[in-house]
Amino acid sequence: MTAPSTSASQSEEICLSLQDLSISYGNKEAVRGVYMDIPKGKVTAFIGPSGCGKSTVLRALNRMNDLIDGCAIRGRVVFQGQDLYQRDIDPVEVRRRIGMVFQKPNPFPKSIYDNIAFGARINGYRGDMDELVERSLRKAALWDETKDKLRDSGYALSGGQQQRLCIARTIAIEPEVILMDEPCSALDPISTLKIEEMMHELKKNYTIVIVTHNMQQAVRVSDYTGFFNVSNREDRDSKVGCLVEFSETESIFNSPQQLATQDYVSGRFG
Amino acid sequence: MTPRTLSYRHGLSRNIWNRLLSSVAALFTALAVLPLVLVLIYVLIKGGSLINMQLLTELPPPPGLDGGGIGNAIVGTLVVSLIASLIAIPIGVGGGIYLAEYSRSGPFAQFVRFGTNVLAGVPSIICGVFIYGLIVSTRALMGQSYSAIAGGMALAVLMIPTVIKTTDEGLKLVPQELRWGAMGVGASRVITITRVTLPAALAPIATGVVLGIARAAGETAPLIFTALFSPFWSDGLLNPIASMSVLIYNYAIMPYEAQISLAWAASFVLVMMILAANLLARWLGHLSRQ
Repeated sequence: MTAPSTSASQSEEICLSLQDLSISYGNKEAVRGVYMDIPKGKVTAFIGPSGCGKSTVLRALNRMNDLIDGCAIRGRVVFQGQDLYQRDIDPVEVRRRIGMVFQKPNPFPKSIYDNIAFGARINGYRGDMDELVERSLRKAALWDETKDKLRDSGYALSGGQQQRLCIARTIAIEPEVILMDEPCSALDPISTLKIEEMMHELKKNYTIVIVTHNMQQAVRVSDYTGFFNVSNREDRDSKVGCLVEFSETESIFNSPQQLATQDYVSGRFG
Repeated sequence: MTPRTLSYRHGLSRNIWNRLLSSVAALFTALAVLPLVLVLIYVLIKGGSLINMQLLTELPPPPGLDGGGIGNAIVGTLVVSLIASLIAIPIGVGGGIYLAEYSRSGPFAQFVRFGTNVLAGVPSIICGVFIYGLIVSTRALMGQSYSAIAGGMALAVLMIPTVIKTTDEGLKLVPQELRWGAMGVGASRVITITRVTLPAALAPIATGVVLGIARAAGETAPLIFTALFSPFWSDGLLNPIASMSVLIYNYAIMPYEAQISLAWAASFVLVMMILAANLLARWLGHLSRQ
């Protein structure tokens, strides 16, 4: 039922294609030379030690790095045949198609209802807002807990609920891709489990890219895994992140091709 | 060996120093609050007893006559403060938004922040002279010299630094994640600022605005050169207008009992208005912490 691990994503439809992507902050290079084809309708996990640039790469996928001073990008990120970093691309439009969920739950200081309606309203949603809010909350497995208090502040929810609210908010703008930057790192195991279950549901409709520090989580939720590592460059003594191996999750964890991957997933470092 | 006692020993030198320095700190605190308490009590005694409906609604009497009130000065202070707010709030909030959201701490933003701090320290009389030179003496406003609008402009110059600074700092307190969240659901910069960041910072901004108004409303020096004074009801925004602070300045040194009483009454009303504004500001600040 699974394709051979060497042909990782060739049989799949490609959603995002990273081509020789290098990202630097100021004159310090953070990540260099990433090639990766992220398949459509799957969950792709980025794992690796701290400082290897996996979050940086994730943020490059919907131009979130534009908001960081001194961040420069070389290479191409191709989404539906368009390079996201071409001059005529509108980053706001990119973020409407490629939504993002952050490490720390960041609901707006508004009601639960308005948190979800906000994105839809600014995107010119004309349909039934009540229905959209309910549908989004149901998809984020938060409807039952919040249906009686939609007018309460988003801050009144627990951390795990807030994170699911943020996911619901992202779903409400009906993006094609959802990027998640360590969405469970601030949450307890039960909330984490709920979010992981939700991701299995979500991948039927969306392409999901998740950065995680938790390798078990990568095994549980993802179809493909990219292992990033920090490498010392020979010509200088600065450290720079790079993609070591990208393949089906199963083969990354069971039969990795690279020694560094083997060491990392078996817990020998990192 | 018996364990050393844990009970408090008065004779220990660290305990003596502790008590001594605590007392000194308490003393200085009391001295710092003393002027405020004395001013409030004195104004309350001298002016509070004079307050009645007639005083709040009537015009001041001609010199030598009794009775009358400070109605025109109360209205005048409100009008001039309103004009000042209408000028200073858009400029100040706009400037603060530019500094916090758009400028990215470039050299220009640093210069504006520095300039704002300097402007906040400029004596109020200089603001008055500045507007006098710019508007009043040149008759730039439709050929009029002293006017309510000129007074409002002078007060606006005083208010702007406060409003810019509190807006800038209020916006900086908004967590970066909130902006990312808005951007992450496809909000443009304008929408992020108007719909997410500004509402989140509304309480500190409102507090700063109210404090700015309270400061400006009590100023005398800028108004002497600009709004001048008038013993009559306001005759349009392009003519001189009364204000409580200038009324106090003019009447407190007159040799007539009635005018001196009015000055005290005006002091009382002014202090109460400023106190109320400060309480409002505190309440607004309190809202933000909920």
